[in-house]
This record gives sequence, structure tokens and C-alpha cells, in this order.
Amino acid sequence: MLKIVVCVKAVPDPKEAHKIKIDPATKILTRSDVPFVLNLVDKNAMEAALQLKEQLDAHITILSMGPPPADNIVKECLALGADQGFLLSDRAFGGADAYATAYTLAKGIEKIGPYDVVLCGMASSDGSTEWVGPEMATFLKIPVVTRVNEIVEYDGEWWKVKAGLENGYRLVRVKLPAVFTVTRDLNTPRSLTFSGIIKARKKEITQWGIDELAVPEESAGQKGSPTIISNLATIDSKRTVEIITGTREEKAEQLVQKLADTGLI
Amino acid sequence: MIDFTFTEEQEMFRKAAREFAETKVADKVPEMEETEKASDEVVKALGEAEMMALTIPEEYGGLGLGYTARLIALEEISKVSVATGMMLQIFALGIEPIIQFGSEEQKKKYLPALAKGELLASVAVTEATGGSDPTGIRTSYRKEGNDYILNGRKCFITNSHIADTITVLAKDEENPKAFNAFIVEKGMEGFKPTREEHKLGMRGCNTGELAFENCRIPSENLLGVEGKGMRVALAAIGDVGRGGMVGCALGLHAACLEASVKFANERILYGKPISNLQTIQNKLADMKIDLEAGRLLGYRATSMQDKGMRSSNEFAVAKYFTTEAAQKAAKMAVDIHGGYGCMEEYAVSRYLRDSFVLGPSAGTSDIMKVIIARWVLS
Repeated sequence: MLKIVVCVKAVPDPKEAHKIKIDPATKILTRSDVPFVLNLVDKNAMEAALQLKEQLDAHITILSMGPPPADNIVKECLALGADQGFLLSDRAFGGADAYATAYTLAKGIEKIGPYDVVLCGMASSDGSTEWVGPEMATFLKIPVVTRVNEIVEYDGEWWKVKAGLENGYRLVRVKLPAVFTVTRDLNTPRSLTFSGIIKARKKEITQWGIDELAVPEESAGQKGSPTIISNLATIDSKRTVEIITGTREEKAEQLVQKLADTGLI
Repeated sequence: MIDFTFTEEQEMFRKAAREFAETKVADKVPEMEETEKASDEVVKALGEAEMMALTIPEEYGGLGLGYTARLIALEEISKVSVATGMMLQIFALGIEPIIQFGSEEQKKKYLPALAKGELLASVAVTEATGGSDPTGIRTSYRKEGNDYILNGRKCFITNSHIADTITVLAKDEENPKAFNAFIVEKGMEGFKPTREEHKLGMRGCNTGELAFENCRIPSENLLGVEGKGMRVALAAIGDVGRGGMVGCALGLHAACLEASVKFANERILYGKPISNLQTIQNKLADMKIDLEAGRLLGYRATSMQDKGMRSSNEFAVAKYFTTEAAQKAAKMAVDIHGGYGCMEEYAVSRYLRDSFVLGPSAGTSDIMKVIIARWVLS
């Protein structure tokens, strides 16, 4: 049986992004009244797992790290068709950067048991680092393919996947177990169904804290995060209009200069 | 302590219904408005998304989720297309008499296919001479051997031309106090849908007339007890019909508010968004107050219904309040949009037209007041 772990993240609802503010003193995002939703591209990872399950003998485990309300998104994945769910939740995990998150998730995967495939979205809509997948693979000491937009061959222990590049693609043959981070081009995620939600009633979510995972405190959360955010700012997207005058050549020259000054060219 | 919160599961139902409406219905709205017909693709998608199975018991292939889940689904779907909400509400209204009064054979015969959306249901009570007063109907039956012979016409019937099974109320030819409810199937000899109506609003749901000319109905299609058909029709309309209209009204109302907030934040007058103006804020606040009150009334009634309590009076209050409030909200939404509100490019013009269809369906506001007054005076 193919054992799939899908890593998912609860992110602030992008539809209510305008409500997210930056605390000027602490540089921390305040998102108290913004609901958590399943990170958009994680739905593609989930869909990939479901499609594999439809074609192969497979078992899907959901793994997430976040505060207790994040169990909603784990439940949602169970309602979509996953078999079991784990939420890594502990105050000690709070404030984790990509590195500490990847480390904790890797510990979670090891504790869950044998696995063949780890799927995750290529990035989260709030952090957008694209680091968690590769770092997790590093901690697990297994290969990783990032930005997968097609799973070409998936029977046997060698898989072939197509992965995006800026101006093309890579065809990668990789031996399982492996981590794959996926793009939104991979598939079209299915929607929740009422009967799926009913079936999820019987599926349990196991919550593990720092003690269950046996993660040293200095490696978890903010303490285990080497990233230092020097500044966070809201982008001011005000438009202004400036009329450039002169001959055609002068206007072109001025325009090029202005674009260069703004760093656009 | 009264708990006014939705469960995690109910929130997930809402999410599922919202995703369904946004991905499977929204794109079809312009086509439904243009053609004034129900979209086959939307009907198929409703079936695939198990929307017809919500209230059907599990033993007959349904989901057995009850009426709060149904209201959640209707509210979310109506937010995108109240015509689709209306169509779905009437499917459930057509199914309900079979759930409540059907024999075991009838349940086994119809419910599994209705749950899958392979069969579509409706209910036909209204006639030119009676709707608000169902005793005034003239469609009649007479017994002939083991069969009943049905004659008459029904009007303003939702899903008239797409339904496969219709619960039809008729009067005994010889005894004006006896009524029967029959399950009439599409294709039965002597039965045909005739005129299709062109409505002011909710254009994407089919409404029309049904004609019965010596239509022979086998006795196994009689619903409930011989002569007691009025109870069959009214029990379904009282709770499920009014409850469905509450869902349509709440969804439309929420759509009006959402569109108004968006427009008020984007429309700049006097150098700032019109949402800064108290006169606009006043309208938005009024819409929000009514929406919150309507939700409390609607979900209170469905929670009673789910507990098996009698709830038709509570539904009459909720139906009156929410449909009237939705109409007011649609008017305010158009007012906030100014000239844009009169243009078809803006959804609020459709909302205003749709809002006028909420009142007369499943009992007018005046009839709701008759029922409520009867409740108060009893």
C-alpha cells in the first residue's frame, strides 16, 4: 500500500487579507478576526493524493502544524477523503519560521511511521518562502522535487514527475520515499461534499505537542528559528499620474530614467 | 443556556454549499437569465453534489441531515442564484410528502432516485381559483376500479416542466370536503405540462401550468389516507415550503448586503467612498440588522423542526420577516448603487426583480399574517 502524507497549513483567509495588520512595535501580523482556511495550493497536494488513492491502493495521512483552531483544515481534508489526521500543536511551536516548521513536521512524519510519498503545496499564501518542503526533505534525508505540475509515472518505487522552471520544465525521475511540492497547475481540486463531511465524523484527529514529538525546546518555535525579520511593511499601492513632456526622444529618455530610478528596469 | 453557534460540521456544510454555488452555479446565471430556463447543467450538478439528498433519510439513499443543513445549503446557493435556490427548495418540497406520508413501497420506489437527482420532484396545489385558499381548487378526481381519474389544471407550479414526480392535490368530484394527494409521474397518460411562465424574477427556475385530462392514476400512487390529502399538502408546505423560502430570502438578502458594501467602498463621491456617508451607512446597518434577525428566526425554526417539534407557526413568522426584509434590502441595494443599480450589468437589478417572487411563493405575506394572527389568538 502506498502511504501518502499530505502536509497542509492553515492560513488567514486571503479574501479577508485587508483585515491583516502589522503591529508596528512587534512586527508581528495581527490576524485575530481573520478566519483560517486551507492554504490554496495545499488543496492541489490533497487532490493529487486523492487521485492516487483512486488509482492505487493508498492511505492518506494529513499533517499540519498550527494552533488548535487549525484542526478545522485537517477535518476538511478528512472530509475530502483523507484517512487520518495529525495536528502538531503546542505553544512551544509558536513563532516558527520555515526551518523550525520543517523540522517539527519532519519529526511528526517520523513519528507517524513508514511513508512513501510526502506531498505539500509549493508555498503558503502567508509566508510564501517555498522552503518548508525542501527543508523537510533535508531533515528526513530523502529527495525532494519542487514545483511539480504533473506526476507522469507513479507505479513502482521510481516516479517520474514534471516540474516547473522559469523558462521550461524538468522531467525528474526520483526514487521513493520522496517529498514533492506541487503547483496549482497540477490539477483542479475537488470540492467538499456533504457525504464526505458525514464520513469524516468517524475519522479522528490526533494532536501532538512538544512532549509527544520529543522535540528539544531550543529546536522548536521561535527559539528554533534562525530567521530574523528586520522589517515588515504594508505596501502602499496608491497610483499617481505624471505627464511627461518634450519631444518623442526626450519623453523616451525621461521614461527610461524614471523606470530605472524605481528599479523596474 | 441557548447555543446560537453553528457546529464545526455545519460550518463545513456551509463551506461545501458555498463552493458548490461559486463553482457550479455562478457561471450559469447569465445564461439562465437570458433563456429564462432552468439550466440542465445546474440541475445535474445539484444532483451530483447530493443537494436533493439532504432531507431524505439514509435508509432510502439520502443523507438524513435535516432541515438546518438544508437551510444552510439554500442560503448559500441563493446568495449566488436565488432561482437555483428556489428550484432546489421545490425539489425538497416535492420530496417531503413522500417522506412524511409515503407508504414503504412508495418510499422505496421514489426516494433513492430522488436522492441521487435521477428523478426531480415538485408539488402542485395552486390553481387559478385557489392557492392561498387551497380548498378553492377545482382539480378533481373520481374513483374508477382501482384507479383514480384526474381532471383539472394547476398554475404557477415551480419545476413544472422538469419534474418527474409531482405531488398533486385534487378534490373529490362528489365530496367537496375530501381531498387526495397523488404522486403523478411525468409521461402518465392524460398529464402534460403546458404553458411556461415568463416571470419578473427568478428567471432561471422553471414555472408553468400542468393539465390533467382524464389522467389515470393507479391507487398505489395515492399519498396518505384516502380523503385526507389536504393534510399531506399543507404539512409539507407549512414547514418545508416556508422554510425553503426563508433560505432563498436569507441568501438574496446577504447578496444584496455584500454587493452594497462592495459598491459603497468603491464608489467615490465628494472625494471619498460613499461608505463614509452616514446616509449610506444607515442603509447598510438596516440591511445587516434585518439579516441577523432573519437568520435567528429561520434557524430557530429549523432547529425546532430538526427536534421533531411543530414549527409551522415559527416558519410563518420567519417566512414573513425574511421575505419582506429581503425585498427591502434589494430596494436599498439598488438605491445605494444609484443609476448603476438600474443597469443589468449590476447584479442588484436582478436581486430586486428576484425579491418580488419571494413573497407570493409558499404563501403570501398576508397569508403569513393570517396564520400568525390565528396563532396569537388561539
